Amino acid sequence: MFCSVLSAEIYGVETVPVRVEADVSDGFPSFSIVGSVGTQVREAQERVRTALRNTGIRLPPKRITINLSPGNLRKEGTRFDLPIAVAILSAMERIPAASPEGLLFLGELHLDGSIGAVPGVLPSLLLAREAGCSGCVIPASNRFEGRAVPDMQVVGVKNLQELLDYLKAGSLPDWQEETAGEESAYTEKVDFSQIRGQEAVKRVAVIAASGFHNLMLSGPPGSGKSMAARRIPTILPPLTEKERLEISGIYSIAGRLPKSSPLLHMRPFRSPHHTISPAALCGGGRIPHPGEITLAHRGVLFLDELPEMRLSTLELLRQPLEDRRITISRLDCSVSFPAEFLLAAAMNPCPCGYYPDRNRCTCTQQMIRKYRQKLSGPILDRIDLRCDVQEVGYRDLKGGGEDAVSSAVMQQQVMHAAEIQKERYSRESWLFNSELPSDALDRYCPLTDEGERLLSRAFSSLGLSARGYHRILKLSRTIADLDNEERIRADHISEAITYRSTGQNG
Amino acid sequence: MDKQSRSAAELRYIGKEDREYPGILRQYERMPAGLYVKGSLPDPGRRSVAVVGARNCSGYGRTQALQFSEALAREGVQIISGLAYGIDTYAHQGALKGGGATFAVLGCGVDVCYPKENYLLYEEILKKEGGILSEYEPGTPPLSWHFPIRNRIISALADLILVVEARKKSGSLITAEYALEQGKNIFAVPGRVGDACSAGCNALIAQGAGIAWSPEVLLEELFSGWQSGKEAESEKAAETEDGRTAALSPEEKKIYSCLESAEQPLESISRESGLEIRKTAAALTNLCMNGFAVCRVPGYYCRAEDWE
Repeated sequence: MFCSVLSAEIYGVETVPVRVEADVSDGFPSFSIVGSVGTQVREAQERVRTALRNTGIRLPPKRITINLSPGNLRKEGTRFDLPIAVAILSAMERIPAASPEGLLFLGELHLDGSIGAVPGVLPSLLLAREAGCSGCVIPASNRFEGRAVPDMQVVGVKNLQELLDYLKAGSLPDWQEETAGEESAYTEKVDFSQIRGQEAVKRVAVIAASGFHNLMLSGPPGSGKSMAARRIPTILPPLTEKERLEISGIYSIAGRLPKSSPLLHMRPFRSPHHTISPAALCGGGRIPHPGEITLAHRGVLFLDELPEMRLSTLELLRQPLEDRRITISRLDCSVSFPAEFLLAAAMNPCPCGYYPDRNRCTCTQQMIRKYRQKLSGPILDRIDLRCDVQEVGYRDLKGGGEDAVSSAVMQQQVMHAAEIQKERYSRESWLFNSELPSDALDRYCPLTDEGERLLSRAFSSLGLSARGYHRILKLSRTIADLDNEERIRADHISEAITYRSTGQNG
Repeated sequence: MDKQSRSAAELRYIGKEDREYPGILRQYERMPAGLYVKGSLPDPGRRSVAVVGARNCSGYGRTQALQFSEALAREGVQIISGLAYGIDTYAHQGALKGGGATFAVLGCGVDVCYPKENYLLYEEILKKEGGILSEYEPGTPPLSWHFPIRNRIISALADLILVVEARKKSGSLITAEYALEQGKNIFAVPGRVGDACSAGCNALIAQGAGIAWSPEVLLEELFSGWQSGKEAESEKAAETEDGRTAALSPEEKKIYSCLESAEQPLESISRESGLEIRKTAAALTNLCMNGFAVCRVPGYYCRAEDWE
């Protein structure tokens, strides 16, 4: 007797439907799994056999063959335990033949018949919806992810017995109605109003968030660089429904979705340590897993102590910063992960951190130069904005925080600028000013006469390079958008020049 | 080919017995048996000042070194220093700016430019009738213990020592000690109390060094009866200052008045002037482009001096 059940495998962030086929026929008793499967999938036969026996079902002494199709795609993980069990049960006619139809199954089996959580449930559910499935059966511990897809019946099962009850009689486990943790349990408690003073940083943060410009924060230790970067996600525009599903899917694949909440509510903020390996940063593994840059998709990637990072690791950021994606090729597959993140980097101005305050900094010029040279030009080229973070004075620390600008106010400005950009670039392939290609600059960056004059003077008197010129134009575009001005004024340009990432003398 | 340009390219050795050997060095003990020279030697007929100070100097030190050396060089004084980073570099630069000859005494071979970042300066010194001197054989690498020793030559060659910025424990104080032994006059540029970079200078002043509060003080010391048109000059300077800033917008004027010779970050300039960050940022760019401010360290601004 033959039976086939739908499941799904994940490649990178793509979900591919997989049909689990089972055939139970006469012959020499055997159990084999085929279809380009990895060790974890092959081991499923022991888990399935034992879990079924401990639920009171003995496999008949027959020839059992399992095929995972399409057969040319490599399959890994334990998510196929449950669909394999269902396919065998159906082939053995222990459940109605029609019952698994229109359902997608996912889950890992334990030897006692209980069903354990697997990563990547959310994107699989979205696939099921697209494929027109009427429902999904998933591990009970993943059931909160099911809430993200309201227009489909998602059944969470704790063990094989509950699965059998559902498939035979359509009875739902009695705990299904239990309410999950409140969605608001996952809320951000950080806000820009917690930062006193630091007006320059706040201004730069607004500009960076508005035009999605990468930024560099430089300053002495303890001046609040990380604190400011941590708060940038709070002023980025709120996630749209589509973006929420997208990034929640990525987190689901990475197994990092918060247990209590099916969807992420905040834009991600990732701050890997500077000793991070290339694979952890950009993604890797035999079947590539998303790295930090993908986890920071549509959010902020914060790299503290940028000059301390290994050059080889840092250089890997070049492709994702340019293409907004990263492609990883391995023996079995080549996957492409999204990586549209805002890079916020932080560094000290010198090894001791206090330059140019010579009262405290005793670093020699060579040391300072060497420290700065650790940053490669191509990476710095992709950082439009820089800001020097100052240590907070006592007056600010002590003074009441009521006049400090809150994230909500800053977010309003950002959203306003984002709105303008959305409209302006509605027929283009990009969304933000930072992505403006140089051939489109003339079209989208009209200058006032005064602005024109200032820029031409700046070009010669400040020794701007062509690239520097483009960067200043893009930044000025964002500053003008914040002012709701179509034409870029002279003061927009001169402000932008202040924030560029190099000084007058190199 | 005239003598000047020939000697600029060539490396010579001058022994103690040579007529060319600086007479001033013969007066002291422990002077080298001979000097390797590229370019010329200091002219004994003219006055010389050794300008020394910290390698890791502040913006204030930079300004003072440049200004003092330039003013002295304008009056024909030869500036002697060590071609090191920081004060030494600015001393040479200031002297060249003032159109004077300047001499560098190295702690390595005269054909070795250390630090190599100063190569252009090294060339410029030779081109402008100055000289590179060393007691070490050509090709000698810059070894750390050479430097304090060569300081005795710097002080011996000069009529007067000017310490611009020195920390509590500084090589410049070694030079000052040699100078005392050699019976030279020492002047120190005073600094603010509490400034680590000026602690050594202030200590020297406390011990009785001359207070170099303007280049004229040194000129008076060097040339008895030297008369400055200083008052008239400073009035004129004030006048031109007013004339210069007249073209600035009120906001730019306000920002300009907040700038100092030491580097200040955007944030504190904005706070001091009471203007918003965006207005401060815009005004600073305009000041930089019009030569009123400079941004030497990214993100930090200071007042541009008129020689910049």
